[in-house]
Amino acid sequence: MTAVTAPKVRQARNLRIGREVGIVVAMVLLLAATAIRNPGFLGAQSLRDLLLGSAILVVLAVGQTMVVITRNVDLSVGSILGLVAFATGKLFVAQPGLPIVLAVLAGIGLGVVCGALNGGLVAVAQVPSLVITLGTLYVFRGVDYAWAAGQQINAADMPPGFLRFGSATVLGIPWLAVVAAVVLIAAGLFLRSYRSGRDLYAIGSQPAAATLSGIPVGRRVFAVFAVNGALAGLAGVLYAARFGTVDATAGTGLELQVVAAVVVGGVAIFGGSGSVWGAALGALLLTTIGSSLAVLRINPFWQQAVVGALILAAIGLDRLLAVRMARRLRGRSHA
Amino acid sequence: MRKPWEITIVAALLVFILVASISVDGFATGRNWGFLLLDLAPIALIALPMTLIVIAGEIDLSVASILGLSSAIMGQLWLAGLSLQLIVVLVPLIGALLGAVNGLFVTRFGLPSLAVTIGTLALYRGLAFVVLGDRAVADFPFGWTGGSIRTIPGTPIPWAVLLIAVLAGVFALVLHFTPIGRGLYAIGNNAEAAAYAGISVGRTKFWLYVVSGAVSALAGILWTLRYASARADNGTGLELQVVAAVLLGGVSIFGGRGTLAGVLAGVLLLGTVRNALQLADVSTDTLTVVTGVLLILSVVAPALTRLTPRLRKASP
Amino acid sequence: MKPRFVPLALAVVLALAGCGGTTRDSGNDSGAAPQASGQADPNAPLKTGLKISFLPKQVNNPYFTVSDNGGKAAVTELKGEYKEVGPSDANASSQVSYINTLSQQQTDVIVTAANDPNAICGALQQARTAGAKVVTFDSDTNPQCRDLFVNQATSEGIAQNQVKLISDQIGGTGKIAILSATPNATNQNTWIELMKKELQKPEYSKIQLVTTAYGNDDDQKSFTETQGLLRSYPDLKGIISPTTVGVAAAARYLSGSQYKGKVALTGLGTPNQMRQFIKDGTVKNFALWNPADLGYLAAYAGAALASGQITGKAGEKFKAGKLGEYTIGDQSVVVLGPPTVFDANNIDQFDF
Repeated sequence: MTAVTAPKVRQARNLRIGREVGIVVAMVLLLAATAIRNPGFLGAQSLRDLLLGSAILVVLAVGQTMVVITRNVDLSVGSILGLVAFATGKLFVAQPGLPIVLAVLAGIGLGVVCGALNGGLVAVAQVPSLVITLGTLYVFRGVDYAWAAGQQINAADMPPGFLRFGSATVLGIPWLAVVAAVVLIAAGLFLRSYRSGRDLYAIGSQPAAATLSGIPVGRRVFAVFAVNGALAGLAGVLYAARFGTVDATAGTGLELQVVAAVVVGGVAIFGGSGSVWGAALGALLLTTIGSSLAVLRINPFWQQAVVGALILAAIGLDRLLAVRMARRLRGRSHA
Repeated sequence: MRKPWEITIVAALLVFILVASISVDGFATGRNWGFLLLDLAPIALIALPMTLIVIAGEIDLSVASILGLSSAIMGQLWLAGLSLQLIVVLVPLIGALLGAVNGLFVTRFGLPSLAVTIGTLALYRGLAFVVLGDRAVADFPFGWTGGSIRTIPGTPIPWAVLLIAVLAGVFALVLHFTPIGRGLYAIGNNAEAAAYAGISVGRTKFWLYVVSGAVSALAGILWTLRYASARADNGTGLELQVVAAVLLGGVSIFGGRGTLAGVLAGVLLLGTVRNALQLADVSTDTLTVVTGVLLILSVVAPALTRLTPRLRKASP
Repeated sequence: MKPRFVPLALAVVLALAGCGGTTRDSGNDSGAAPQASGQADPNAPLKTGLKISFLPKQVNNPYFTVSDNGGKAAVTELKGEYKEVGPSDANASSQVSYINTLSQQQTDVIVTAANDPNAICGALQQARTAGAKVVTFDSDTNPQCRDLFVNQATSEGIAQNQVKLISDQIGGTGKIAILSATPNATNQNTWIELMKKELQKPEYSKIQLVTTAYGNDDDQKSFTETQGLLRSYPDLKGIISPTTVGVAAAARYLSGSQYKGKVALTGLGTPNQMRQFIKDGTVKNFALWNPADLGYLAAYAGAALASGQITGKAGEKFKAGKLGEYTIGDQSVVVLGPPTVFDANNIDQFDF
């Protein structure tokens, strides 16, 4: 085994930062290209819309990153979001005077319950999360449909303060984006500076070694799914605030976008590496692409194909970087 | 002791059919079985190569998108004036090509199949919309569309099912009775050891993806003819149903274990449960939940049986 | 191994290409379809105990919940057995499996709104052969596969109404766009085609339809599509959204943006969803019909068919409970009535 020395760690971090800078560059290029065609694209309203549109995806991507780092995946986030969004609507219909904070907490709470179910099954039964979350994707969605029974919560039923929260700004930045930023910073700090955060990387890189070195793998994995559930719940509340009208199909198909954002953002699907910053950038990039395609008047049917191509490009690039880095590490030790 | 899970599944299937025949009106009729088998046809078809892929330790989530893209291409070629005879030969070849792309990314570039096939899931579905857009092509000749659902005279079994049965036989033969098939188990158990044993892991996996693509395209043709409608969104979400059936049938997601018989039983079980519950007027929501629960059970149950001996050993 | 395949495959393909075969132009047989047959007996009593099942585009769509409940009320009056089934996604192929189930259950009348005009035809034909009567509503299938189509308003009427509403609001000149539902929806495409024809009239010559966007009847998608429209066409003056999900989402986007009051919006929406936007000035007026009445009429039409009162031929009449008497038009179409226009003056009178 090669000895991991300080210069090599710095190299690894540089490569990762380079990867994230790459996404920023791609986004800047995209914004520029679109702005040339349509200068209004860089206007205040437009940028506000971009931030608003990506806020929910960023929150989901942060949670998913933590799950993927531990070599798992959570495909049920779309269903959790839909369930919580609908629950939030029902809550407000039943209690119009409810303070927004309480509604947010209730949504997060419901999300935690769902996430804990996922985490429990994965950690205790030691069953691949792909399958479990596939199953809970169906189960949560089915519960959502059954509860909704064809109803729809209309924007007119929601308290205006809540809806304002969904579209209002503070110093020009939408509240939703502020919430997403807070979540992002908190997660970023946690993963970098806290012991339990670093443990997640260890679990994803070498699960056997992690267990042997005393990390309570089961507990960490359970916790990570619960947190992801909580974030999906938060995203559900934000969704209800942003769109106002919620029915049982809310959030269908989001899981693909979240995984795309995470993968494009440089988080390795096999766990062990990546950062929430990259995932957030991935989410921003995907949202920008959606808007750009519309503005550039490119056939909107290309959008999904572009997302697919990006995923392939991203994992290809990551693989290339990983191989290059491994080669370099090996090379140095022989020098 | 051999293959207890397969026995469980087949037993569950038979028990369920028995119970449903007695308690659900209209379940045990020839016509209903005809519908059921037709509904299951694409899932059963795609489950065949999927079984082999999962046994070899990989996965292919792009199958439904290949189905959709094939349907879109079929529609577009038909509009362009090509003959159906030519189309049904060309489209599986194109499917094979699409599968080859998957295979290339997984074997040549060494990328994880989960991520690759999620990427191609989006890419191919997107391309389907680019090819056919929002239209539906529906003027296929009745001889073909009616023929796709026509039953064998004197029985309620559609001809399409015969085709699938034959293919299933071929796959089962390859998997269980040829060195290639045994090699798949070896690869799934330990790819490195298999390589040392002389199995060319990369080439095998590559061809698995090619076959998966071709079969998915074939399923796309059947789907298009059956519903007499080529649309870009055909088959959306089907990959989850196929994976659910494969896992329910006892194939381990880790690779290295599973049988084709089990998978077919799994496909039938999921299909009959859905069919019977629908006949019994159970709501769509409940059906969705049941599918999810069955899927979770399919992996938790074997995991628990793995755990209990450990627990027994642990306690003094 | 690989190189040998290629020439072989090429040879097969070329041979097939040369051989001719069944192509689009080689003539199409569309298969025998059960046509309206038999004699209508207008005096036949309405049968009781009829099994009438509703199969909407998707079960979790509030518009269809309202229309199906209207059907339920009718079935209760008819002393029949009501059922609502359907897919949770507005998918064409999903409806087929439900049609087969209904046919298995010996349903007397299937009332359905099609996601795709052709995909469910085969199953519907089989159901009709097995004895069921098929009534479509809201979104039609190929006329060969159903006995009757209950249209909410004439398609021409809807198109004319929508174009007139937007034209009045933008002063007869400017760029407009359409925000539709799913790209394959029969009703949407019919209306859009007729709207384009309507726009060719001299009085609308200064109005330019720049594009059609699709919100897929998904709230979030419709929301972001509206955003995209205004981004791509900054000088857009008006949007027509002839779908309840689309117009509500577009209104919500507009009312929270800088375009409120500057870009006109009209479409087909439900009063409950649109009330706040009328009140805050985002939308001046919009139109719809009562979906509950639509379902109600469809159920009565189905019962009349199953009881032998009508066979679906043009000119036949039947009574539809509290809605009165209806006459069947060409192509076996029954029209509910003219669309209602909602604005600030009358919006509070309605609750659906």
